[in-house]
Amino acid sequence: MTSAVASGQATRFVCRSYMAVVLTAEPPIVDWVAGIEQRVKGAARFLVGSPVVLDLSAVKLSRSAIAHLVTELDQRGIRVMGLENTAPELTGGGLPPLVRSSRGATFNLEAPETAAASDPRRAPATLLLEEPVRSGQSIFFPDGDVTVLGSVGSGAELVAGGSIHIYGTLRGRAMAGSNGNTRARIFCSRIEAELLAIDGYYLTADSMERGLRDRAVQAWLEGNELKISALD
Amino acid sequence: MGKVVVVTSGKGGVGKTTSTAALGAALAQFGQNVVIVDFDVGLRNLDLVMGAERRVVYDFINVIQGVAKLPQALIRDKRLDKLALLPASQTRDKDALTEEGVLSVVTSLRKMFDWVICDSPAGIERGPTLAMRFADAAIIVTNPEVSSVRDSDRIIGILDAKTVRAERGERVEKHLLLTRYDQARAARGEMLSINDVLEILSTPLLGIVPESEEVLRASNLGSPVTFNSPGSAPARAYFDAARRLLGEDVEMTIPTEKPGLLGKLFGRRAA
Repeated sequence: MTSAVASGQATRFVCRSYMAVVLTAEPPIVDWVAGIEQRVKGAARFLVGSPVVLDLSAVKLSRSAIAHLVTELDQRGIRVMGLENTAPELTGGGLPPLVRSSRGATFNLEAPETAAASDPRRAPATLLLEEPVRSGQSIFFPDGDVTVLGSVGSGAELVAGGSIHIYGTLRGRAMAGSNGNTRARIFCSRIEAELLAIDGYYLTADSMERGLRDRAVQAWLEGNELKISALD
Repeated sequence: MGKVVVVTSGKGGVGKTTSTAALGAALAQFGQNVVIVDFDVGLRNLDLVMGAERRVVYDFINVIQGVAKLPQALIRDKRLDKLALLPASQTRDKDALTEEGVLSVVTSLRKMFDWVICDSPAGIERGPTLAMRFADAAIIVTNPEVSSVRDSDRIIGILDAKTVRAERGERVEKHLLLTRYDQARAARGEMLSINDVLEILSTPLLGIVPESEEVLRASNLGSPVTFNSPGSAPARAYFDAARRLLGEDVEMTIPTEKPGLLGKLFGRRAA
């Protein structure tokens, strides 16, 4: 038998981003769990079975308390895939690993070894849609930009890891920078959008400036605020 | 081989059944061999609109289940010998429709007729998806209202995803039929304009059928409006639409009722 090292085989590591729902635990925990249970029984069925990250920033829990909370949620059909904002020594063991979302997270990248590897740009990934995006359709493209030549219908949804460019009218929802890309933008040649979001910060139609409606606009993130301005 | 056309909309009450009957009759009046198929299992209406409700013996589901042969279930129209109807079952529900059953019936009808016009039920579930499944072309019936337009947009997306043609990477030919169009209300801004609808749906227009009492009267009499009052505004709109389906280049107009002499004298308001 040869070991992987001896045979010289390289092990490939691939980084991927996934979508997860973040639940922020709030004191008192018992009431919070009861509240979650109520919501799951009601409209929030989407929580059941989907990956959930438990944000512990608002509570101070011991290791056994965290374990108990994860079990309680599991019994209600909520599968915790990771913990956020707690001390690393409190996780480990049978508990889900500590995760950090890209927003506000710090990365300690090692210095690149070669000049070629120092180029931070990756191969450009763009999804080009030549047909209109119809009501009820959901386009999910976490790898990069999405460009739509037609319109995006009311009740349609675009999610892009990068920026979103719409050459028609945006009537549905556009969510850019879904992987935590705060520099992503949304451009459209006419806006009647139901919702715009960049990296999770969103604006609904009601909260958009009325004077911008039906105009060509771009949206970007400034700090924690989503800004929209006319392009024409 | 005949052409399979689905008449669909997503939303209910926009005029799918009326338009199926009127277009089917108009095509038959032009000498085409036409069958209109009711896919609304459990809530059938096409037999009533065609005045054939007393002649239904076997239905679509009987054919699918092998209880009856297809020619036994087809009802020939008494007024137009080129027009036939395949009624839906009223006592069953949409679960009685199977994909294999629909395929075999549609394949047989395609061999027997020039046009197989499928009247889809409302919604986006099993009934409507099976009605569009084998279609070559779709007529999307839309009223100039936001709810109807958005539902049509949804249906167009489903046509591009769930039909056999779409799955093969081919296109389903799509036509927009704007019905219940009221020029006076549109002028007052109470309805979406034709341009708004076309811009939202970006689908070529097959025709504009004006809102008219003639349509209701024809339905109640069990006679397609193109047969019952061929000179009326909606009938002329349906005839034009049928010509466009046949590939003729017909100028797009919104037919209006020709006012009588009194109407001409007193009906017109000062602008």
